[in-house]
Amino acid sequence: MPIQVLMPALSPTMEKGNLAKWLKKEGETIKSGDVIAEIETDKATMEVEATDEGTLGKILIPEGTADVAVNTPIATILADGESAADLAKAPAAPPPKAEAAPAEAKTEAKAEAPAPKPAAAPAAPAAVAAADPEVPEGTEMVTQTIREALRDAMAEEMRRDGDVFIMGEEVAEYQGAYKVTQGLLQEFGARRVIDTPITEHGFAGVGIGAAMAGLKPIVEFMTWNFAMQAMDQIINSAGKTLYMSGGQMGCSIVFRGPNGAAARVAAQHSQDYAAWYSQIPGLKVIAPYSAADYKGLLKAAIRDPNPVIFLENEVLYGHTGEVPKLADFIVPIGKAKIARPGKDVTLVSWAMGMSYALKAAEELAKEGIEAEVVDLRTIRPMDTETVVNSVKKTGRAVTVEEGWQQSGVGAEVAARIMEHAFDYLDAPVARVSGKDVPMPYAHNLEKLALPSVAEVVAAAKAVSYR
Amino acid sequence: MAAPKKSAAKESGQEKAGSPPDLSQEQELKALRDMLLIRRFEEKAGQLYGMGAIGGFCHLYIGQEAVVVGMQMALKLGDQVITGYRDHGHMLACGMEAKGVMAELTGRRGGYSKGKGGSMHMFSLEKHFYGGHGIVGAQVSLGTGLGFANRYRGNDSVSVTYFGDGAANQGQVYESFNMAELWKLPVIYVIENNRYAMGTSVSRASAQQDFSKRGASFNIPGKQVDGMDVRAVKAAADEAVAWCRGGNGPIILEMQTYRYRGHSMSDPAKYRTREEVEKVRHDQDPIEQVRNRLLEAKVSEQDLKAIDAEVREIVNAAADFAQHDPEPDPSELYTDVYR
Repeated sequence: MPIQVLMPALSPTMEKGNLAKWLKKEGETIKSGDVIAEIETDKATMEVEATDEGTLGKILIPEGTADVAVNTPIATILADGESAADLAKAPAAPPPKAEAAPAEAKTEAKAEAPAPKPAAAPAAPAAVAAADPEVPEGTEMVTQTIREALRDAMAEEMRRDGDVFIMGEEVAEYQGAYKVTQGLLQEFGARRVIDTPITEHGFAGVGIGAAMAGLKPIVEFMTWNFAMQAMDQIINSAGKTLYMSGGQMGCSIVFRGPNGAAARVAAQHSQDYAAWYSQIPGLKVIAPYSAADYKGLLKAAIRDPNPVIFLENEVLYGHTGEVPKLADFIVPIGKAKIARPGKDVTLVSWAMGMSYALKAAEELAKEGIEAEVVDLRTIRPMDTETVVNSVKKTGRAVTVEEGWQQSGVGAEVAARIMEHAFDYLDAPVARVSGKDVPMPYAHNLEKLALPSVAEVVAAAKAVSYR
Repeated sequence: MAAPKKSAAKESGQEKAGSPPDLSQEQELKALRDMLLIRRFEEKAGQLYGMGAIGGFCHLYIGQEAVVVGMQMALKLGDQVITGYRDHGHMLACGMEAKGVMAELTGRRGGYSKGKGGSMHMFSLEKHFYGGHGIVGAQVSLGTGLGFANRYRGNDSVSVTYFGDGAANQGQVYESFNMAELWKLPVIYVIENNRYAMGTSVSRASAQQDFSKRGASFNIPGKQVDGMDVRAVKAAADEAVAWCRGGNGPIILEMQTYRYRGHSMSDPAKYRTREEVEKVRHDQDPIEQVRNRLLEAKVSEQDLKAIDAEVREIVNAAADFAQHDPEPDPSELYTDVYR
């Protein structure tokens, strides 16, 4: 049966075009790939190539015709052995080729029938976090620095799984720019503790490629500020591949390093990326505060089959805390904790913000205000339930973060409180955050740019109308 | 890094006055069939795009078929392939099914990514095809990471990392070259130089237009290959694979090739003349080259037509499936975000 050539679309948005010129005449032989006509739209002129072989049987739309609708038959091609007499066999226009049916049906529906209502998106599944493990009564607690807790977490996971390795700048011979990887080279050797060149974009991609091949890399960024060079790989390659592959190809990888402001290192080295990464479905984002959470969450992150952003804090590396001495201490990802119970106002914070929140809670207690401090620990998936339950109890909330306010994590927390606990609120949610400026270098200005305990106290009082 | 220059393939090539070593008739027939499958598949994809059945971007591989088919002939099970967004040919060459690829193009549930990836984002763990990547040059670091995994595991698999003359100007390519040579990773960087990065010719975008030299400052050997001649591609691929499996680190193959169609379906290709395209098509077409050699070797027209028919049947079946398979179930919206 003769083959119909249809008016092609040059782009998904094109609905009609002009048939500018025929480059083949009726009766001429056509090979696949031959240019047979030129069509034009307001944007471009384009050649129509034949995809079938044979003879140009009949031109159905003469050259110079304007506004030819996409998918209109414009010519017929006769296959080997067919003659003009066979043209009659071609279905009359507009004669959908059997295989063209769905697309054409769609076009017709658009033209004639009222557009169908778009199907409503199904509800997003709620994140369910596992409960914190019980730390059995009488468990010995070890006092260690956060730096040591991180090192132990990595070492334990590397002992447990030969596919886990660490790569980054100065992680091996130098023992870590901030000494977080101290001793790992000595225990695990250069095959698994790998110094990279200063090449964040490249080694992030190499790590992700290795993860796609089934390894479980820990990629250390000397600081998260430098990871902006690697942003495309982290988001587009690590974060999206599982979805784009229909679940076939995941990426079990941890990106970790110090995040946020250190001290006196100014604008380019003092930025909080929690909000940036937390926007991306496909990534998990962890920002712990206590030594135990650092350890238990890093171990969970390394075991997680998804890409995890693990935000540490340089100022906290030397802080000490109690870590349970257990063979396998894991803190579940996606679960906030009540760091200090209270009934009058909820302070929601995470990472370094917790230091302001906890101190502020002490100050407030002196004035008879019992603040409940919620440590989010994980930013994505966010444990909305713990926050909302606390706010339902207190009726007031303040978020505390070192990052900027606009589109920040505090803004997200406030929105969720509004969505889920509006009727319980006795005051608008207040946000204490880093000031809306690049980080200044001068000591006094830097101090002003960061949140302070006094600001948290003031905000808590303000929402309490005290 | 003189090894590739001293290779047997090059020497035997010189003996025969510049023409690459012959393939066996069986190999020629296979090459013809595999290239035809890609060509017919891409023509059909172009047609479906024109009908509105395929959306978004659609980058066709027509003209470049000898590159992937010749490379694939040198690989063994376990070798990984990764490329950019002009990826349909690579997938078919890897043995992925035409209907799964086409159904992904039409965004249907039977597509390789359940309809969630589209033309530029398809994967097959089973066939060791690692995508299908939409960001120009990103696959180069990722492919280097695949090579890293091979070395970490101590196996002898090779990562074949494809990218174009346009991607060759991205910074992460050189970051990857550095690490690949530093750590002696088994990666074949195949630069498909089709002479245009979208609408910008190589001469307007590249200070060093000999892409085989792009690894020179990292001591990565490189070779320019006639990417329109499947025999030349196969010979270079054999050499490169041996180099990588031998633990010598990465190697670059610049495939000099040409795309007949626009950059994507919506590119009118006004940056080059019709004569230029016609000349390449007439003088160098990779499929015609093989077909002519087979005819010279007295393979019958009829046998060649049978291959044609077989390929058309596969492509038509794929197109049919791709248009009738249902779209993904709405419940798939939220699956595969996390494991």
